Amino acid sequence: MISDSATRIALIYPELLGTYGDGGNAIVLAQRLRWRGLAAEVINVPAGEVVPGGCDIYLLGGGEDAPQVLAADGLRRSTSLLRAVNEGAVVLAVCAGYQVIGASFPAGDEVHDGLGLVDVETRRSFDPADQPAPPRAVGDIVVEPTSDLGLPVLLGYENHAGRTRRLAGGRGRPLGVVRKGVGNGTIDQTDGIVDHHVIGTYLHGPVLAQNPALADLLLSWVHGPLPALAEPAEIQLLRQARLRALDVAS
Amino acid sequence: MPGSDDFTVVGASLGVAPCGDVQGLCNRRDESWHADEAMTTPPPRRFSTRTRAALAVEKLASSASRRLGRGSGEMIGGKLALQVSPRILTEVAAGRMAVCVSGTNGKTTTTRLLARALGTLGPVKSNSGGANMAPGVLAALSRPPFDAAAALEVDEIWLPKVARQILPRAVVLLNISRDQLDRSNETRRIASLWRELGADLPAATVVANVDDPLVAWAASGWSNQIWVSVGQNWTADAMVCPQCARLLHRNSSGWWCDCGLARPEPIVAVTGPGELLWFGRHIRASIDLPGRVNLGNAAMAAAAAKLFGVEVADALAAMTGLDDVQGRYQEVELGESGVRGRLLLAKNPAGWVEMMELLNTAPARPVIIDFNSQTADGRDPSWIWDVPFERLAGRDVLVTGERKEDMSVRLAYAEVPHTVHPDAESAASTVFDKTVDVVANYTAFRDILGRVAPVGTTR
Repeated sequence: MISDSATRIALIYPELLGTYGDGGNAIVLAQRLRWRGLAAEVINVPAGEVVPGGCDIYLLGGGEDAPQVLAADGLRRSTSLLRAVNEGAVVLAVCAGYQVIGASFPAGDEVHDGLGLVDVETRRSFDPADQPAPPRAVGDIVVEPTSDLGLPVLLGYENHAGRTRRLAGGRGRPLGVVRKGVGNGTIDQTDGIVDHHVIGTYLHGPVLAQNPALADLLLSWVHGPLPALAEPAEIQLLRQARLRALDVAS
Repeated sequence: MPGSDDFTVVGASLGVAPCGDVQGLCNRRDESWHADEAMTTPPPRRFSTRTRAALAVEKLASSASRRLGRGSGEMIGGKLALQVSPRILTEVAAGRMAVCVSGTNGKTTTTRLLARALGTLGPVKSNSGGANMAPGVLAALSRPPFDAAAALEVDEIWLPKVARQILPRAVVLLNISRDQLDRSNETRRIASLWRELGADLPAATVVANVDDPLVAWAASGWSNQIWVSVGQNWTADAMVCPQCARLLHRNSSGWWCDCGLARPEPIVAVTGPGELLWFGRHIRASIDLPGRVNLGNAAMAAAAAKLFGVEVADALAAMTGLDDVQGRYQEVELGESGVRGRLLLAKNPAGWVEMMELLNTAPARPVIIDFNSQTADGRDPSWIWDVPFERLAGRDVLVTGERKEDMSVRLAYAEVPHTVHPDAESAASTVFDKTVDVVANYTAFRDILGRVAPVGTTR
C-alpha cells in the first residue's frame, strides 16, 4: 500500500545497475526515514520498464558494460526521469550509473549517449591517442566533500575504467576532492558531480552505508530539516574503523 | 579468483594427502584408499626427457617445501615443473580418464564427489586441496600411477589454458556469478572464454547447468553436451543475454531471449529433496553433504562419471560417506567453551543465498558470521548488501572478522540484532547452545580451520 505521505525511493534497473551492492543505498535511505518515524517506499524499477514519475529519490548503481548500455537504452526511451529532475527530484547515481546520467560514456569500443542529466562526459581516457589507457581504478577511495555541502569526509570503494570530466561551461560542481584513490581521474583530482539535487559519484560501499551524513543530506533535500536520529551505534563504529584502516583523519 | 597463490593448499592428490599442513583437514577416510607405495616407480617411457626432468624437480621441490613446513608444496613444485617442461600437462594427462570441473561456486565439492565416483573404477588423482591453477593441477598428475583417472578442479579463468593441454574427456561447468569484483568483474568474459574452449575440444563432452544462462550459452557452443538442471538461487548476475546483450525473459520453468537463446531441456535434474531426474527416469538420490545445492553438485559429478561407465547408483553410493570438503560442513570445537561449530563457506552473494537455504533446513541455532576482505576474498565487501540478511531475523547472530563493522552495519539496517566479537571462539563462548553454525568467507574460513580441532563428522 503506497501512502501519499511516504517518501518514494526508486531503485532503477537493479538487475543491470546493481553489481556492487548499490541497492544498499535504497535500504539505507528507507531505514533512516523509518527510524525517524517517517514512511518510506522503495520501488524497484525492473530493467526495461519505464521509470515512474513522481518519486522523491532515484537511485542508479554500478554495472558491467553490456548491462550499462542496456540501462542507458532503456532510460533514454522515456523522459520521466528528466521531468522528475526538473521538478526537483533527488538523484544519486554511482559508477556506471554516474556515467549513464552524463552526456556520454564508453562501453566496448564505442561511445554511447547518456541521459544528459549532468554536464559530464566519460571516456576510457582523455590523454592523447598515442598514450596508453590508464589502468582500471580499483580500491578504497576517500573524498573531501565540497565545503558548502557540510559533510564529513566521504569513504567508499571504486572500481571503474572510465575517466569523467565536466563539460566546458557546464553546470554543477565536483562532489569533492580526492584524498585517496582516483575518482573522476582528471587533472583537478575531483570525484563526482553535484548539480542541484543530482549527485554522481564513483563511490561504492554502498556509499550511503559508509556515509550516513550524505544519506541524510539527500533526505533533507526531500523533507527539509530532519528530526534527530538515534541511529544504531554500529554506523559510527564502522566509520571510525574505516578511518583508522585508511589512515584518514576525520 | 579462488585458489589464488596466497591460499594454503592441502593434499597433492587423493593418494598422497599430507597431514598436518592445516589442522582439521586430516580426518578423511576417503583419502587413504591408495597408498603411495608407487612413489619410486619411474615415469613412463612415453614422457619426453624434459618432462621426466620436470617431474623429478617437482618431486624434490614439493617434498623439500613440505619438510620446511611451507604448505603442501604443490604450488612451488608445480610452478618449477611447468618452467622446466612447458608441455608437461599434456604429457602427464595423456591417456587418462580426465575431467575438469569449473565454476564460481561448488567446484571443490563437485571435484571431490567426482573423484569418489571415478574411484569406483580404479585409482584417481585429484587436486583435492583446492589448488586449482596450472601448478596445482600439475601436482595432482605428477605422481604414479600415470594412468590413474583425473578429477581436476580448475579456476574459471585458468580453465581454457589448462583444459587445452589436458584434453579432458569431460568438462563440468557449474555456474558463473560475481566473485571478487575487484579482480575480475566481467562474468560474460568468463562465459565467452569457456565457449571458445569448446571449439578446441571437439571430442569432449560438457556437463553444464542449464539454469545458469551464462553457462548454458558457453556450453551450447560445444560439440557434445549433457544438460543438467540444478536450479539457480541467484539470478542477479544473469539478467542480460550473454549472446546478444538483450534482457532475458524468465518464468518458473526457465529463461529465454528474443534472439533465440533459451534454457536447454535437461536430461538430468534435481527434482526434489532426495530425488533426481536421470536420463528419463526418476530416481531416489541422497548423499551425506547437506542441502539441495550439494545434491546438484552430485548430479553434475555423476553425469560426468557416467561417461566412463559408472552407474548412477554406484556413483551416489561412493559419494555417500563424504561429509566434509576442505573443512566445509565439518563440526569443530570452537575454543575452550565446549561449543561446537558447523563450518560453512560463503564467499559471494550466490554462495550466501545457498547457505541461507541450508541454515533454514536445520533447527534455528546461533549463527556466527566471520567476514574478511583480504585479497583472496576480494577487497571490496559491498556485496554483502546484495545478501538478504533480513532472513536471519529471529536467530542469535554473532559477528566477527576483519570487516565485522561492515557486516554489523549491514545487519543493523536489516534490523537483525547481533553482537560483535574479536573472533569466532570468543563469540562461541557467549552462547548457550551446544552447536552453532559458522559462516565464513575465504580467508576467514581458512583462518578458523587453522585454529580449531574437528570433532568427528557432521552427521
